[in-house]
Amino acid sequence: MNLAGREGSPAVLGEFPVDFGRFVREAAGSGGLVVQPRMGFGTPTEMRAGLAATKRAPARTVGTVTLDSFTRVGELEAVEHALRHGIGLNGYPIVTYPDEVTRSVLQGIRGADFPVQVRHGSATPMDIFASLVRLRLNATEGGPVSYCLPYGRTPLADSVRNWEHCSRRYARLRDLGVEPHVETFGGCMLGQLCPPSQLIAISLLEALFFHHHGVRSLSLSYAQQTSHEQDREAVLALRRLCAEFLPTDNWHIVVYAYMGVFPVTEHGAYGLLGDAARLAVETGAARLIVKTVAESRRIPTVADNVAALSHADTVARGVRPLPEAGDPAAAGDSRTYEEARSLVEAVLNLGDDIGRALLDAFRTGCLDIPYCVHPDNAQRSRSFIDADGRLEWADTGRMPLGHRVRSRRARTVTAAGLLTDLSYVRTRYDRERAAHAVPADAERIAVTPEREPRRHGAPNSPDRAGTA
Amino acid sequence: MSSPHTSPARPAEREPGHDTARARGLVVVSGVASDAHTWNLVFLQLLIEELGYEVVNLGPCVPDEMLVEECRLLEPDLVVISSVNGHGHQDGLRLIGRLRACESLVATPVAIGGKLAISDDNAERIARELAAAGYDAVFPDGAAGVAEFRNFVGVLPRPSLTAGSRSGA
Repeated sequence: MNLAGREGSPAVLGEFPVDFGRFVREAAGSGGLVVQPRMGFGTPTEMRAGLAATKRAPARTVGTVTLDSFTRVGELEAVEHALRHGIGLNGYPIVTYPDEVTRSVLQGIRGADFPVQVRHGSATPMDIFASLVRLRLNATEGGPVSYCLPYGRTPLADSVRNWEHCSRRYARLRDLGVEPHVETFGGCMLGQLCPPSQLIAISLLEALFFHHHGVRSLSLSYAQQTSHEQDREAVLALRRLCAEFLPTDNWHIVVYAYMGVFPVTEHGAYGLLGDAARLAVETGAARLIVKTVAESRRIPTVADNVAALSHADTVARGVRPLPEAGDPAAAGDSRTYEEARSLVEAVLNLGDDIGRALLDAFRTGCLDIPYCVHPDNAQRSRSFIDADGRLEWADTGRMPLGHRVRSRRARTVTAAGLLTDLSYVRTRYDRERAAHAVPADAERIAVTPEREPRRHGAPNSPDRAGTA
Repeated sequence: MSSPHTSPARPAEREPGHDTARARGLVVVSGVASDAHTWNLVFLQLLIEELGYEVVNLGPCVPDEMLVEECRLLEPDLVVISSVNGHGHQDGLRLIGRLRACESLVATPVAIGGKLAISDDNAERIARELAAAGYDAVFPDGAAGVAEFRNFVGVLPRPSLTAGSRSGA
């Protein structure tokens, strides 16, 4: 297998980088799950060391550059202040560093055998995309909905307009012979407690949005939730919907290890990460974003990340795909598939302009993210974890799911019930394999659960930054 | 790169069926400008609603000016600030000055809680500083926080309530 594609000598790899999507699909097609860390450092030296360690890790890896939270919200003066005064940043400030600095970070590490993806979390990413285009960094992540509603207060209409503009600009990289790749973050909304059917609907809609604006190499995210069985159903449903709706074959699924309140014990954290790797292989996903054992306590180190990559790879090698993974439609219509399809069709029926349709969908409550308090979210839906551990709707609000969801009265979610559900996964994994337990850290009160969609360096939870 | 902020939904718009007449009062729940966390705010909203109040949840990353403006318009019976990113101390001191500088909010009960500093070492001192700056109650992160907060809200409507620091936990 030739992963190098059309690239010539290493000297020009920076100018003609490999298509991230093609690389991952070819790697996964030859039988290996591609694993990837969340990782972002404020200094070029650390960032380069992190990328080098990821590349050397005993697993099939791709690299990550996560940006800092000031850059995320466009507070570039704050970045400059921090750099001048030696104040640590929680990610790599790609807009502020001169391009030659970033080129030197990537030089000799990024290549046909090791593509690099840039991740940030911005609803106003114009400067970021300008840097990516100049640097030929042709893989990134985002979405008009998923990079907006969970964080801050940028109006959804602004985010849609910004992402339209940036997607078109990114797509023009093809004029230079470079294939741009975008991953949807829609499968990770709020990190936890969003029912799988809505996660995969938003992930698919964001992929359609990117394709509509010219991006041809896509990946679609799905974050592990509370029930392995339901998660399998969800990834298979997402793959089936991709085959039905996406007008390209150049797509793959990326599974995220659980993004909510993470187990505090080593056995719990590894158990949960292992199940994410299992989920990815069983369902035919091509890539996995890992979490580390340090997740519940501190920002992971490079060594934590390498250990997580290695563990995920080891687990993945021992798992075989489910029979349905070869043909997700053959398994029949799961309830997750039916709900997701209802949501997708309802949004697409709102108009040909997918950005406009997404705005209308949120305005009318046709899409409604449970517990998301952004002013542009309808805030009528609620979710809960049922007795079997499945993440279900407690209230579907105005979403077109009334005929799909098991007939049940809207159920009141209490503050105590919410706390229990937020820490359901942590509690279960910390307890489940307690026979081989490492003593757990003292449990903190769960009113302050771990930040949702947390990446390494937590750029999506700006520790110091304001809103855009 | 700044963009206009939409105004949050008024309670009447958001909950058409809600019987506001029966609510004990109106509470504004808000994060601070630098903090993108949401779940703490959702939890507080549910908790305060269960105590009989109507809640307007302004969500995460609320700029100071917006919070002041919303409080001026809504005239809430209580303002609850929550911060868990370790910078609530600085953000909170700045914010209470701006709220108290507004004539109609001089006497409005305002509480703050969460992980207010990066370490727990100075929790007592920080709580005292916040109380001295004008907060009616301070709830540092800790197991006792929720029960104390319930008690605080439970006795709210009495105008005589101007408790000092409720540090500890």
